[in-house]
This record gives sequence, structure tokens and C-alpha cells, in this order.
Amino acid sequence: MGFPDRIERVVEIARPPAEVWAALTTARGLGSWFGNQATIDLRPGGSAQMTWSDGHTVGMRIERVEEPAVFGFTWPIFGLPDDDPRRTYVEFTLEATGTGTRLTVTESGFAQVPEDVHRTAFDGNTRGWAKELGELVDYLDVA
Amino acid sequence: MLPDAEAIAEQVFAALADPSRRAILAALASGGPATATELAGRLPITRQAIAKHLALLAVAGLVTAEPGERRRVRYRLRSAPMQVAQQFLAALARDWDGPLEALQEHLSR
Repeated sequence: MGFPDRIERVVEIARPPAEVWAALTTARGLGSWFGNQATIDLRPGGSAQMTWSDGHTVGMRIERVEEPAVFGFTWPIFGLPDDDPRRTYVEFTLEATGTGTRLTVTESGFAQVPEDVHRTAFDGNTRGWAKELGELVDYLDVA
Repeated sequence: MLPDAEAIAEQVFAALADPSRRAILAALASGGPATATELAGRLPITRQAIAKHLALLAVAGLVTAEPGERRRVRYRLRSAPMQVAQQFLAALARDWDGPLEALQEHLSR
């Protein structure tokens, strides 16, 4: 219950980890099943970009590259400004199984709180504020 | 003590659940900072009701009061809590099931 900070999905894929890894970490792979076109500089700190035919584009920053087991990146939270420092972290984990690959994807960081939310109304001065505002309301009511 | 995102999002959704407060927030978002009197001129809500809603919104941190011209108090929309609510919606709107099905299909070819 509550604010979902983390999303997790597990899927079984009837292909070896090396093939799944290529689908996740190459421009050709990402541009086939995820976006319509992709570029990727596959190294920690490198960037990747996916573009869709409707013109929508998303920029990723690559964080973890541990072939063929872990691939992690951050990307912007939909609806927040492009330069907002808050981004979610997406991590793909690949495990070999008898029949192929168990792929886990987790996306976390939805419940981050921006710094300036801390400053007003939640800083313990709420009562003082309420009193001042009550005075303002009184002032407005007689004005 | 840090506020948790849930409490902040709850304040936003509670504010948005009321049509008068929604109208006030929408007017501040589209027209910029305004006094209670200005808002009363634009909205079909009495100035007293607007003042009451603005006081509630200010306590919740969704608008801030600032000095305006001729000692009038102007109210400005505060976007930070809205962005927290937006994060909540982003988590609900994120679709991983679709892309993962597409990935499985891509690899089964």
C-alpha cells in the first residue's frame, strides 16, 4: 500500500542470457523491441537514447554494465522537467536457467522528495503559518 | 523529520478532489499569482470561500502567500508538491508489461 517507490517484474525467456543481453544493450536490440530507434554508448557513465516514431525521445545514463548479468541505467521521471535531478534507476538482471533466461527488471526512485518540499509547510512551522494566514484571511475578509 | 512522499501526494490529491480548489489551482497555474479578490472576479466562487480555500492550500504547502501591490496578499502556486504527486502518477503510468512482452516476442522470432 502507499506510494510505489519500486516496480519489479520477472519474465522467463526461452533464449540464452547472451541473446537477451544483446537485445537489452545494443542499439539494434533496443531499437527493435523498446524504441523505434536507439543509440547507446555501452559503458558506465555513457549515454543512450531511444526515439519513437511519434517523436518522443528518452535519454538514459548508463550506470552498470556487467555482461551478461546486470545492466542498469537512470532515466527521467515522466512529467518532470528534463533537467530535474530526480531520475528513476532501472536495472535488468539476467540469470541462466535450464531452459533459457530469467530476466528481472526493477525500476526504483519514484518516491524521492524534492528538496524544496522540505522548506515550507512541513518544517515544523505549520502552526505559525496557519496563524499568520488566519490573520491574512481576516484582513481580506474586512477589506 | 522528513516528510514522506506519500503524505505530500495525499495533500495534493485531497486538494484536487474539491472542484473549487481545483478551479483556484488551475487559475493560478494558467494566469500566474493572484489575490483572492482577483480570483473571485474570475471564478464563480465567493471571495470568502476563496480566502478559506487559499488558507487551507497555503497550510498544505500548495500555494505560498506573498506581498502584492497596495498591501494585497498574492497567492502563487507552489509546484514542488505537485511534482511529488506527478511522481506517484508516473509510477502508476509506467508500463513494463508491454515492453517485456515485446522483448519476448522479439527474441522468439
